[in-house]
Amino acid sequence: MSNTDHSQAIQDAVQTALTDKTTLNIQGGNTKQFYGRRIQGRPLDVSVHRGIVSYEPTELVLTARCGTALREIEQALDKHNQMLPFEPPHFGDTATLGGAVASGLSGPRRPYSGAVRDNVLGVKIINGKGQILSFGGEVMKNVAGYDASRLMAGAMGTLGILLEVSIKVLPKPATEITIARSADAAQAIQLMTEWTGQYLPVSATYHDGKELYIRLSGNNKAIESAKRIIGSDSVDWSDMFWYNLREQANSFFMDDLPLWRLSLPAATTPLQLQGDVVMEWDGGLRWLKSSATADNIRSLVNAAGGHAILFRNGDRDSDIFNPLSAGLLNIHKNLKQAFDPQGIFNPQRLYAEF
Amino acid sequence: MNQASKPVPDQDIALRLAQRLGAVLPAESLLSSAEELRPYECDGLSAYRRLPLMVALPETTEQVQHILRVCRELEVPVVARGAGTGLSGGALPLENGLLLSLTKFNRILEIDAHNHCARVQPGVRNLAISEAVAAHNLYYAPDPSSQIACSIGGNVAENSGGVHCLKYGLTVHNIMALEIVTIDGEVLSLGSRALDSAGYDLLALMTGSEGMLGVITEITVKLLPNPERAQVLLAAFDDVQKAGDAVATLIGAGIIPAGLEMMDNPAIRAAEDFVHAGYPVDAAAILLCELDGTNDEVSIEIKRVRDVLLKAGATEVRTAENDQQRASFWAGRKSAFPAVGRISPDYYCMDGTIPRKHIAHVLKRISELSEECGLQVANVFHAGDGNLHPLILYDANTPGELEKAEDFGAKILELSIEVGGTITGEHGVGIEKINQMCVQFSSDELTQFHAIKAAFDPYGLLNPGKAVPTLHRCAEFGAMHVHGGKLPHPELPRF
Repeated sequence: MSNTDHSQAIQDAVQTALTDKTTLNIQGGNTKQFYGRRIQGRPLDVSVHRGIVSYEPTELVLTARCGTALREIEQALDKHNQMLPFEPPHFGDTATLGGAVASGLSGPRRPYSGAVRDNVLGVKIINGKGQILSFGGEVMKNVAGYDASRLMAGAMGTLGILLEVSIKVLPKPATEITIARSADAAQAIQLMTEWTGQYLPVSATYHDGKELYIRLSGNNKAIESAKRIIGSDSVDWSDMFWYNLREQANSFFMDDLPLWRLSLPAATTPLQLQGDVVMEWDGGLRWLKSSATADNIRSLVNAAGGHAILFRNGDRDSDIFNPLSAGLLNIHKNLKQAFDPQGIFNPQRLYAEF
Repeated sequence: MNQASKPVPDQDIALRLAQRLGAVLPAESLLSSAEELRPYECDGLSAYRRLPLMVALPETTEQVQHILRVCRELEVPVVARGAGTGLSGGALPLENGLLLSLTKFNRILEIDAHNHCARVQPGVRNLAISEAVAAHNLYYAPDPSSQIACSIGGNVAENSGGVHCLKYGLTVHNIMALEIVTIDGEVLSLGSRALDSAGYDLLALMTGSEGMLGVITEITVKLLPNPERAQVLLAAFDDVQKAGDAVATLIGAGIIPAGLEMMDNPAIRAAEDFVHAGYPVDAAAILLCELDGTNDEVSIEIKRVRDVLLKAGATEVRTAENDQQRASFWAGRKSAFPAVGRISPDYYCMDGTIPRKHIAHVLKRISELSEECGLQVANVFHAGDGNLHPLILYDANTPGELEKAEDFGAKILELSIEVGGTITGEHGVGIEKINQMCVQFSSDELTQFHAIKAAFDPYGLLNPGKAVPTLHRCAEFGAMHVHGGKLPHPELPRF
């Protein structure tokens, strides 16, 4: 596909929707339609608005149109030995930068080099009045105006259509290896808590119930000393292992049961949940396969200071995202109104109320 | 300085406010006489001064709730203030408004060493957090130069940076949760000790919102383990361009230093005279490059950085051999502002951020502008992230010099926008850069900002007149300020 600027066509489509009083279902590579609440609306394909607008390795910034394939971006970065710090899951070959930002999903490296929102420097959007607006920019530090750029990360397209995103990129580590240790869930959490309290070059962790896998990144010396502290030898299938985890392609995720994404304070001891659990992010991210009720799961997770998302499968017309307090819901509705007064963008994809 | 409008405070409102607030606040927590109000007349941007109608010093969230409810009912604007070290006039009082000081919120409530975070009140000083958690081998990363004095609540309101941002991020990257009170007196809890939360990223939106959306009453900060070792190099250059290029070369080589600072010759001389750090006073520019990590890691990286800097044309590269030397290398940089304060009766500190590749061009333009207006400038610079702090030297007692300095500053900010940067990297817009917001943003974008504010504060009572200009103001500013031959906002009626 050619690199082209379709912002005018997208703006026209928004104007038409405003005139027709129809709602829009914004689609990029269509790889994350499974995520969020089921919605109605006229499909608006924004994947045609694509192409890297600028990339200067020494500035550590890349700006691309929303429809640019993540794969294309990663290839461009790879040529300069750089990477997207948040290691976004693709969930399909056609995944786009816009979708990665709108869904706000980050991969295994998230606790160590930041989430999507941490690495968004600026956005160009179309708001619900059909206006093209730019916030943030291409520099690392920018406090002019409210931080509307980071607000777009994880908003599931409900506040506007992303046209362009400027993102911070990072050099790839010199070396990466994976080591493994046997541990049950409680031991794994304890070990990870100990390690995160020290300065170690850990860049991913995964606990599958029995084994704890640790990815180390950096120069050889740093990795060797970390191996001594953690007390384990390397296993040799590093890249594929973490790729399969990021893409949910390992055997744990091959299942039709409702899959819950639990975000918790990392040191939380194992919760008494019905179903199988695996952990990432030093214990901060836990995946639960379970047919237990949402209330049952959320009561335990909320009490531990976390939130639970019905990530895949299950009832897509139910509360997919953790319900908000009345005060927060009110602010959310006001913000939706501020960006999209007629409610045309992805209505109810995030919450039934807006 | 622009003459602020001076509405006569409504005595009746003042009385009613005093009565209503007095019902919950002890007498010593409400200040209203001129001598009591005086210490609150300005923040770190002392060129702007104004007395508030009254100062309230609450010490509980309930008191803040009550104060905000009363202010909403009486339609009294509220300006929140932390330690008052801000550099953009964000905490400048309003004559008809309440100044809400959060200095009594000065407790560290909880240290959660397992989840590497601490829950603190907004009046806690930035450095006090790292001191309190040092026993756990942890620290709070953002380190603005004013960290001895500035409060964490103010850091959140401004999204403060520091010298370690390139590697460790800004305030927004280092906080996990906030408790805020809305203008309706409602307590909201944003974020959590988990790495993300349900719904919109209100934590990001609140960070850097300059007291316009809510009053922060509690902050959970992220803590990091202390690196095993930190070491700093000092590289001297005989040419500013070479120093600027060396920054790009370092980053292009895949090195992300913990800190990467640049000073030009006037700044080097001022700092050297002040703290005797041993800086090379004949250098056109110096770079300070700090590396941290494990012992082994730093040993390797130090050699690499040294090689890169020498290849990039450094005339000399020194490595701090011990902590004392490291401290002395940094002392010059950290005291650059007061050092410049010694050589000039007054100075005006700018805060633009630019893409790093334009460092040399921007410094050259600044020196041309300096000659044109006849005011000297010293440049101190977070080179790693392109955040420039030109210090314009002037004498407020010489008629017309302040105006000249302001005009010079405005030109630097517009130059930052021109090369693709921003008018403020870490100091905030406040009242100081409000006109330049009209240059950086379109009227549609400013309108969107006003809509965001209204989502939290529909009455416009929280810090009104700061951070985001009204379109009316931009039209007036545009009328007197033609930029590049074009009036900003040509679509607006002129008044």
